Amino acid sequence: MKITLDNVVKTFNTFRAVRGVSLDIESGELVALLGPSGSGKTTILRMVAGLEYADGGHIRFGEEDATDIPVRERGVGFVFQHYALFPHMTVGDNIAFGMKVSKKKRSTAEIAARVADLLRLVRLEGLGDRYPAQISGGQRQRVALARALAVDPKVLLLDEPFGALDANVRRELRRWLREIHDELGITTLFVTHDQEEALDLADRVVILKDGKIVQVGTPEEVCRRPANAFVMRFLGDANHFPATVSGEIASIGGARLAAPGVADGAADAYARPGDLGFATEGEGVSATISRVLDRPDGRRLIAVTETGEYVELDVASDAPVKAGAQGVITLARAQIFPAA
Amino acid sequence: MSRPRNVSSRRPPRIGESPAVRRALIIAVLIVSVFVIAAPLAVIAVQAFSKGVETYLAAITHPDTLHAIGMTLVTALIAVPINTLFGIAAAWAITKFDFPGRRLLLVVIEIPFSISPIVAGVAYLFVYGLQGLFGEWLSAHDIKILFALPGIVLASLFVTAPFVARELIPLMQAQGRDLEEAAASLGASGLRTFFSVTLPNVRWALLYGVVLCNARVMGEFGAVSVVSGNIRGQTNTLPLHVELLYHDYQTAGAFAAASILAGLAVVTLFVKVALERRGAGRRNRPAFVAEPAGNSKETP
Repeated sequence: MKITLDNVVKTFNTFRAVRGVSLDIESGELVALLGPSGSGKTTILRMVAGLEYADGGHIRFGEEDATDIPVRERGVGFVFQHYALFPHMTVGDNIAFGMKVSKKKRSTAEIAARVADLLRLVRLEGLGDRYPAQISGGQRQRVALARALAVDPKVLLLDEPFGALDANVRRELRRWLREIHDELGITTLFVTHDQEEALDLADRVVILKDGKIVQVGTPEEVCRRPANAFVMRFLGDANHFPATVSGEIASIGGARLAAPGVADGAADAYARPGDLGFATEGEGVSATISRVLDRPDGRRLIAVTETGEYVELDVASDAPVKAGAQGVITLARAQIFPAA
Repeated sequence: MSRPRNVSSRRPPRIGESPAVRRALIIAVLIVSVFVIAAPLAVIAVQAFSKGVETYLAAITHPDTLHAIGMTLVTALIAVPINTLFGIAAAWAITKFDFPGRRLLLVVIEIPFSISPIVAGVAYLFVYGLQGLFGEWLSAHDIKILFALPGIVLASLFVTAPFVARELIPLMQAQGRDLEEAAASLGASGLRTFFSVTLPNVRWALLYGVVLCNARVMGEFGAVSVVSGNIRGQTNTLPLHVELLYHDYQTAGAFAAASILAGLAVVTLFVKVALERRGAGRRNRPAFVAEPAGNSKETP
């Protein structure tokens, strides 16, 4: 089911949570809403679900205008951040709930068979008689997903689905959610503030800031061609260098990089720690190493440039660098934006 | 083993751990409990049976006493269900909806806790009494509210209005709206959501509130005494009847009637403790809250 948001607006009291968001989500797509807290991502998700009503604009499911359809008739599966499993029901009863309250009458045997199928799908066979308090957080989240899928939703909506789990469980569930999505092909929209999660999981990422869309694109597009400095900084560690552009060539200290489409004048360059290097001499930005941080996957240097800006760069774990060393930071790649 | 103990005994005690303070506090509380709480209860038991079991039974089976018991039961049977429904509705409205005046409603519900019951009684006199607001209209239509069962029920309703709501509101606030939203997203109607999801999760707290409400309805004296008119064998509830007998110097009868109220109190206490074990009551509140994420012993 294709979802279309057309200039959707939502205001809480005086807080403008969502300010005119338009977005097309293709049928079968897996899309992430990514943004810092307060960017309106959860509000958008809740409006798509029908848990909040939009103050303005339209939400369409396929050709149907769903803007004013209440949540119980909208046919969405919603997975809550804290699972919202019914604590007084067993896992099986939780999953069966939607089928039991449905207008479409199903026999007890039919429901039981479907519950068993879903338990198999979420790999929780044999746990149907447990209560939510008796299973782990990761298992609870899978029950929540099975419960949402039980009603054959047109759209699956997940609100920070893995936010409350620890890192390892999160990574496993992420892979698993992608598999389930590919298997069922259901249009899925999920909210996260975790960049890695959005990039790993989604076909397309919608980056939000202050209730507005900043950029929509595939993980590759938003990573390689960030629309502005906010996206660049939000998606990962970024170092800032002042730059000057002249004839689409940016000068950053002694380094020169192509800056296609950027007007002449002052500019801001941003570079990832991995796109930087450190050498005793060469073309780049003069800096002094202030600290060396050793990490499992490499060595990170914290350098201070002559203008007093801190720069973080990643080098090989055996790079012979010590704190206090002087040299230049070389730039393999950088994003250049006109000065704000 | 002796060394650590020596070490610890030489250390200055932590705040509040001084043995003298500890003992003094415990003894003070014990003395107050015995004289203020336990002794009067014991006196009730002793006095009720002071003239023998037969006198006790006679006092209890006296028609006026039986009528008073009946009045009390009928009042409770009407007032408790009404206030239970009111409490659920109020708690639901306050915790699940946003509307202007929500906080004000919260305060209004608690008024009966802070106001003397006698004031409530007098207020009802002014509203429904012969000289009161609706007095003429009521007497013209021959509707009797004061000095009759409706007045007693109304006064009891006023006094016990907050009990159920007060138990439910903090719990339902802590539970949030996630469960109801989940039920709605799965297609459940409002009623279905209430009976299948909301109610089962608050049932012990609800029962706890009902028990407290019931105890108060049966024991209420002040407000009821103003509006009932103390007509023996007609509008006397059990607490009023105790006072009446006492003023008639029928000590044994008064204590016999009082022993029924005390017995009710003991039953209430047991039920209350049993419910608290199941997680109701403020003390055990966190046990009720749907477990949030990220527990310690989690494996995927």
